[in-house]
Amino acid sequence: MSAPVHFKFVETPRRVREDRRFVAGRGRFVADVRLPGMVHVALVPSQHPAARIIEIDAAAALAMPGVHAVVAGAELAAAVDPMMNGLDTPNVRRFPLAVGQVRYNGEWIAAVVADSRAQAEDAAELVEASYEALPFVLDAEAALKPDSVPVHPDHGSNVLLDRTFVWGDVAQHFAQSPHQIAFRVTWGRNSTVPVETFGVVVAWDPWNEILDVWASIQMPKYADQIARALRLPANAVRVHYDVDVGGSYGVKRGIKHTVLAGYLARRLNRPVRLIEDRLENMRAGDAHGPDRIFDVTVAFDSDGIINSMKMRALDNVGAYAGRAPFQLGKPVGAIVGPYRIKSVEYRAVSVTSNKAAQEAVRGFGQAPTNYAIETAIDRVAAALGLERIEVRRRNFIRKDEFPYLIPSGTRYDSGDYHTVVDKVLAHVDWPALQQQREQLRAQGLLAGIGISACLEPSGGNSSFEPLLNPKNTTSTWMESCRINVDALGYVTATIHTTSSGQGHETLAATVIGEVLQIDPDRIRIVRPDSLASLPGNSPVGSRMAIMLGGAAFHAADKLKRKLIRIAAHQFGCAEADVDYATGGIKQRGGPGQLSWIDLVTIAHRNFHLLPAEMEPGLETTHVMQVPTGEALPTPDGRVQMYPCHSFEFHVVLVAIDPDLGKPEFRRYVIGHDCGTVINPAIVKGMTLGGIAHGIGAALLEEFVYDDQGQMISQSFMDYVLPSAHEIPEVEIVHHCTPSPFTVLGQKGSGESGYLGAPAAVASAINDALAPLGIVMSKLPIRIPELSDAIAAARASK
Amino acid sequence: MKVELNVNNARASVEVEPRTTLVDCLRDNLGLTGTHTGCEHGICGACTVLLEGEPVRACLMLAVQADGYAITTIEAVAPAPGELSIVQDAFCETHGLQCGFCTPGMVLTAEALLRRIPDPTRADIVSAISANICRCTGYGQIVEAIALAAKRLAGSNLPRQVVPGEPA
Repeated sequence: MSAPVHFKFVETPRRVREDRRFVAGRGRFVADVRLPGMVHVALVPSQHPAARIIEIDAAAALAMPGVHAVVAGAELAAAVDPMMNGLDTPNVRRFPLAVGQVRYNGEWIAAVVADSRAQAEDAAELVEASYEALPFVLDAEAALKPDSVPVHPDHGSNVLLDRTFVWGDVAQHFAQSPHQIAFRVTWGRNSTVPVETFGVVVAWDPWNEILDVWASIQMPKYADQIARALRLPANAVRVHYDVDVGGSYGVKRGIKHTVLAGYLARRLNRPVRLIEDRLENMRAGDAHGPDRIFDVTVAFDSDGIINSMKMRALDNVGAYAGRAPFQLGKPVGAIVGPYRIKSVEYRAVSVTSNKAAQEAVRGFGQAPTNYAIETAIDRVAAALGLERIEVRRRNFIRKDEFPYLIPSGTRYDSGDYHTVVDKVLAHVDWPALQQQREQLRAQGLLAGIGISACLEPSGGNSSFEPLLNPKNTTSTWMESCRINVDALGYVTATIHTTSSGQGHETLAATVIGEVLQIDPDRIRIVRPDSLASLPGNSPVGSRMAIMLGGAAFHAADKLKRKLIRIAAHQFGCAEADVDYATGGIKQRGGPGQLSWIDLVTIAHRNFHLLPAEMEPGLETTHVMQVPTGEALPTPDGRVQMYPCHSFEFHVVLVAIDPDLGKPEFRRYVIGHDCGTVINPAIVKGMTLGGIAHGIGAALLEEFVYDDQGQMISQSFMDYVLPSAHEIPEVEIVHHCTPSPFTVLGQKGSGESGYLGAPAAVASAINDALAPLGIVMSKLPIRIPELSDAIAAARASK
Repeated sequence: MKVELNVNNARASVEVEPRTTLVDCLRDNLGLTGTHTGCEHGICGACTVLLEGEPVRACLMLAVQADGYAITTIEAVAPAPGELSIVQDAFCETHGLQCGFCTPGMVLTAEALLRRIPDPTRADIVSAISANICRCTGYGQIVEAIALAAKRLAGSNLPRQVVPGEPA
């Protein structure tokens, strides 16, 4: 870290440049891309959770006006390769359309292409499919049993992953601990459900042999995966990154949609548009999130010090593998949370079932794991009759222990958890808050205070891939930036990904402006297409402040050093003897002085004035490796996961009318430490948005299947997204512990809020229910379940 | 069938199927792509437009039903190309958005609210935007934006636009 002590643009309240186009309705989303001759796709869904496809009769559909084609799985599978599996499970094959067998309700069995979406939908209703129903399995524990019907018969079982890691002397720590508690918590299947569904427009140009792709995408190695599945050279796929993405938070991975649309575009020689409607998105967009049962045992001393933890996480990934099992791997990097737990046994089990496939969801599995860890802390406190915050304080890693090596091999960068807690308790007036809870209880309400403390691993690398798949040797997850100063002295920089609201243009401009001491508003940020791009891995794993910010910093630093070399050469002095400042470079202790435009002119027009062997022009690039992430896992499964660890501490006051069972927030405070904040408005928005998303996961959102395997939460009437009524005013208490591993001391914040809010809300509800002697241990805790549990408890008293 | 629409103070004659929704007509027939479709079943509010000054869901209304009414879309909110309205500018000031997908509906909802209630309470603001889902922001900076816009409108020289049929 070579951070300037005082920032000029970083950390200052500056507007987010992207906002202007959006408030005017001038964003360019995928549905706004219109190409001449473009045709539209509608999908035919499976009505069964599991069935053999006997026949698909498309005659009536093909006879409808405007219809160009009806394509089913057999035709597609002959022309494209299966989509990439994350794990080494070659017999769990996945194509965009079901091939021979359907594996979940809603799975796409055929695509109908027509001149308009309405015509395609009309025709899709006339596609006749006949099936032979097969046995199915929905429940993860049932799917895990050896005699369960396998979702993929060729794979032989439903188990995609079953690995037990032992980090440290778990047996000894358990034997030496006077207390143990075992419990189960369940994380219901929810997702990020962006307001914009996934969409893609694909055009094939047979004369240039190039496939152009515009998509609502957030996917690492997207172009490569499309090329591989479509059997095209990678440089025949051109993804346009200048498409605004209407929210993603992890899920917009769209490979199956893009492979399908790409195949159709080539077959029909027409641009093809596939934009999910809400039903297609929710039922078969393959974008559900973790669906997880945790069995946790902790061993602890009488003073609340937790010595060891055993955790089994059983995840129901649905019908296909994809990247979902890796969501059990990423939490390995923060498996002890912010606590000094000495040893851990972690069994990660991933099973297939006849539900829709999962995709990456904000935090990549960390929010459910945090919920389990935080529940453990609350249970320990309850068992010992200790205060919940005190138990956390006693177990927190101390400020002077960083960098801190956790049992599973990650070295946490920095933190000051005790101070953040102190600041939050001072802000909230802890005694007054407890008093308020008692007052609410005296009014006949159930009232509870929720606590959670957790980490946000950030700067995403991909260490979970080699950890869980020995054939995968990935040890870099780079990000890049290129800066060009034109002959008139204006600065233009590149980013090589789409964005879905993270403000990457503002981020890059702010960092470059800081290094070059140029007003960021004068810096143009552009997004080349994938063929013109430098290597990158998209905004996943809370990484862009660290990785795009880092790449931009280094590219700008290289540019600055080039200018200094040019100046020193003119002055005939050492590079150390010049001062770079806004507007130009001066010789220290000498007469030399060159303005910005003088320097630019030398670089662009005066080769004779350049130092020997310097290239003309003013252009620099930087391809950045993830800090600390260079080593592959050890054989016993220890690995450095993400480099940086933000901290958040939630305190929540909830009141519940016992007759209604509806939790209402009376106070929501979060202490947040993500190191140096590059843009305060962006970080604030991420934090508030993450909390809202976490409240949804805790109280409202779940994709529910009935016992016939039909998904019954198919609309926003059934899958309830929090509105402004459900989300309280949130107070943020800031703290800054810079990371020693990043250029400005920054850490990630894209997942903040979401990682701790579900645990905090559950903690508050359970505190409220404690007088009734009941505990809710499955999320979401919806009003019907809560009111039923309260009614039953009151009736039995 | 032919429909005569009055969109953003301009007459537009469009040929649509009777089943065509207003949002599809605005986007596909008139090229006004600032209005977005999120759920197409009336929950998310991304397709919000103003009909005679009041927010409506353009996915729950057929184009033929809009015949003869004054429709305002996000494209008409900015006073001039590159120049933001006070409400739009307030959204930029507080960063009352992230991905921008729900934003046109939010801005129009806010514009309508502030014409109806120039000095809204937090509860008024929350109530007004509660029919618009934002998945990014958690609503905090949207509420701040609308409160800021109210303050700035009160201090501005702009003539107050009165909603037809409402007391001034």
